[in-house]
Amino acid sequence: MTRKILETPAWQVAEKIARQEVSSEEYTAATLERIGKIEPKIHAYITVLSETTLEKARAIDKQLKRGSKLGKIAGLPIAIKDNICVKGVRATCGSRMLDNFVAPYNATVIEKILSENGLIIGKTNLDEFAMGSSTEHSFYGPTKNPWDISKVPGGSSGGSAASVSAIEASLSLGSDTGGSIRSPAGFCSVVGLKPTYGSVSRYGLISYANSLDQIGPLARDVRSCALLMDCISGHDDKDSTSSKSYAQNLVENLSKPMSGLKIAVPKEFFDEGVHDAVSKTVWSAIHNLEKLGVEYVEISIPTLKYALAAYYIVAMSEASSNLARYDGLRYGYRAPDGSLDWISAFSKNRHNGFGSEVRRRIMLGTYALSAGYFDQYYLKAQKIRTLLKREFESAFKKYHVLIAPSMPILPFKLGEKINDPLSLYMSDIDTVPANLTGIPAISIPGGLHKGLPIGVQVMAPPFREDLLLKVGSMIESNVKIDLTLGEFTHV
Amino acid sequence: MSEEIGKVKIGLEVHCQLTSLQTKLFCNTDSNYRGKLPNTTICPVCMGTPGSLPVMNRKAVHCAAMVALALNFKISKRMFFFRKNYFYPDMSKNFQITQYDRAGGVPFATDGSIILDSGKKIKIGRMHLEEDPAKLNYDGTIDSSTQTLVDYNRAGIALIEIVTDPDMTNPKEAREFLNKLSSILEHLGVSNPSLEGSVRCDANISLTGGRRVEVKNISSFKEVERALNFEITRQKSLTSKGITIVQETRHWDDIRRITISLRVKEEEQDYRYFPEADLPPIIIEKQFIDNVAKEMPELPIERAKRFQKENHLSQETSQLLVREKILADFFEDTLKSSKDAREVASWLTVDLQAYLNERGEDLKYLKTTPKHFAELSDMVHNSEVSRISAKTIFLDMLKTGRMPRQIAQSKDLKIITDSSFVENIVKKVFNDNPKAVEDATRDEKAINFLIGQIMRQSRGQVNPATAHRIVNEKLFGAKKSK
Repeated sequence: MTRKILETPAWQVAEKIARQEVSSEEYTAATLERIGKIEPKIHAYITVLSETTLEKARAIDKQLKRGSKLGKIAGLPIAIKDNICVKGVRATCGSRMLDNFVAPYNATVIEKILSENGLIIGKTNLDEFAMGSSTEHSFYGPTKNPWDISKVPGGSSGGSAASVSAIEASLSLGSDTGGSIRSPAGFCSVVGLKPTYGSVSRYGLISYANSLDQIGPLARDVRSCALLMDCISGHDDKDSTSSKSYAQNLVENLSKPMSGLKIAVPKEFFDEGVHDAVSKTVWSAIHNLEKLGVEYVEISIPTLKYALAAYYIVAMSEASSNLARYDGLRYGYRAPDGSLDWISAFSKNRHNGFGSEVRRRIMLGTYALSAGYFDQYYLKAQKIRTLLKREFESAFKKYHVLIAPSMPILPFKLGEKINDPLSLYMSDIDTVPANLTGIPAISIPGGLHKGLPIGVQVMAPPFREDLLLKVGSMIESNVKIDLTLGEFTHV
Repeated sequence: MSEEIGKVKIGLEVHCQLTSLQTKLFCNTDSNYRGKLPNTTICPVCMGTPGSLPVMNRKAVHCAAMVALALNFKISKRMFFFRKNYFYPDMSKNFQITQYDRAGGVPFATDGSIILDSGKKIKIGRMHLEEDPAKLNYDGTIDSSTQTLVDYNRAGIALIEIVTDPDMTNPKEAREFLNKLSSILEHLGVSNPSLEGSVRCDANISLTGGRRVEVKNISSFKEVERALNFEITRQKSLTSKGITIVQETRHWDDIRRITISLRVKEEEQDYRYFPEADLPPIIIEKQFIDNVAKEMPELPIERAKRFQKENHLSQETSQLLVREKILADFFEDTLKSSKDAREVASWLTVDLQAYLNERGEDLKYLKTTPKHFAELSDMVHNSEVSRISAKTIFLDMLKTGRMPRQIAQSKDLKIITDSSFVENIVKKVFNDNPKAVEDATRDEKAINFLIGQIMRQSRGQVNPATAHRIVNEKLFGAKKSK
């Protein structure tokens, strides 16, 4: 019974809790028990809020018993990536630098989840400051792929994807700067949505690269993903980049019929470096869509070949500035032997407080912004961004959505790429275009290859998350993944 | 050659807080930080707490536009913010959100100016809107302090930065420029320069043949003139000894009244400016500028012209009156109850200014009101008191706050128009000075001497005109008198 309810899609659990068929306490307790059992293997969480979550679950049940009408996700335990601020809870960003940092306020998405009566069950592991594609660069150690614990879960929202995949949370929030939601969603076989830049408030998301960062939901199925997105999206006065034009009800929209869908497949996404199994899986998803009456065309987006380079320059440049505030003066890590002048103190705090990948990106970003290099790196990258945006716009004039792999490769072994940053950077090649252009993109489980998950990525024009979920649910309906194959299912 | 060396070029960089705003530039935190306990008017945004985001204070754009129009600037149509990256303990994010005129950026406004009384135009190249850093408090002086305390209350306060061309050739011009700027800001009501630290100035000074030296931490306009004079003397004396002036940043120590070297710049510091993506571009519509222009209050230059025209004042006096808004307001308030504008203007611009300068006092804190000056001016206008007595009354009223007529009464300073009383004094003076009386018929100087004696005998209470008339009658008979 317990196992069955845990495997039930989150949206269904929400309905059951609302109808008082299942109590939030019972469900939360089962989730916590599951965490207790499987966490030593997976390590999806940095912080688990066992006591407070149970207490809040009981309060939800009481309110329901009194007949109160509660929010859309009432009583669901949700895992939050540890770069999103929850008041009174540590927000470590997976870094020694913020090991002792307790957020003094709630991110807007947290306020929204709480106002829909969702429960915050814990904070999930990530690559330090969201810089990475494998969740190995965490001060707290790596998260493992629930499908094969010798493999990485993708990243940087590896903890968020693994927690949902391993049924340690009903839903989770991640953040996506260059693929950090879609990469682990693909590797862990869950649905991960990177919304349009501006459709979800970034207030309370600790910046990595602020012109690219976007918070998004992860779930085990499309409809649950839509449900969480409906809870967190919308304009926020506290985020000046938040859009006023996003007003969608994705869940409602899912049940509306849609015909005449036209999709495009940019051939650049299938260039060399893409694993055969990945290509095969994505193409099989496309052919399945065809069977459902969807037309597809192969196209070319020539500027895609510069996207990865442009992405890393923009992201690292912004990161070098966003992470400058961590000097140990006001909060965060302070090297033990103090009483130095401020310059030495700042240097020491930053050297010891940051891990090697973060330091590498800060140095590269600092270099790219330096006088004499700014024009040839940062400005050029921004020009590529503009070109890419135009090419995507013209593609979207003819086609509803674009389809590509989420990751060009299969989940790889822990430690395999840790000393080869460039090859790790290469794995973001399919995800960064959506961040550079600000468009929404989703990763949908496409199937397994030798027991390892492969994600299919769908991209849509700005503020057309509805199209992503629609196509996503069509792909989902064609894919039957046997959960018993995953290593996590034996626990 | 030696003349060449002496040529001075001064440019100013002025930071003015928009003190009329109730909140900071990018958050809703109270901007009235003065007198508050350190680190109490702060929030996640101005503290740069992880995850916080800036949100533009729209009123700041309005205020900045007012300043731009008042200083004859051209306001940019579309602008965005930049990050100026550098590590310093007064920066909560280790970057400052400001504007930039390169890398695709434009200043808030360009090509402004202020015209000095001499008619000389001081060009102001650009104006930026930016956030104020925190305040660093030292234990004693900057170079001897063993600790630095950071107060973030000031962090995030809205600032405008204006940068002049190096158009000024002496410290006096710099002072006049700043006085004019200050008065304009006061008239606009966007910035109150009398608040401590609300207007701060850095100065660039170079002598022909030498490199540019930047002097920082000049806390008031009086200090600017002092700091510049010190720096010019220092540079001249080094140059005369054959020592080359190097490009450097110096700190004005207002206690010791000297500049001390902070850092020698080998090359320009690299601030790695790049666009602040957390803030969308600001679009300035023509309609917006038109509305701001419509709401503009009267500015000092217009006010001086009005004073000159309405009250028949000299250009110089009018300009003196508008040098500070508080003085110009005081003048107009005084005119509400006085008829003689020129008399009032003279008391305010000559006697009162001298009084305040001597004592280093502020008009704001005086016990006297416009009514005092109106009454005093009218007493002089009506010849109720002599000018000498009026000066006594003036000093008394400033000291005690008593009304002028009350002072005249108690000190018995009312002018005496009773001619029999005057005649008695005249008689006595004539008797005591027979030689002068004899000379007086042909020597104007002797007449003045006699009148002077009469004034002295009466302790200034005799109306000089009356005295003059009676002396003339006595000397030349009634017909010859005027």
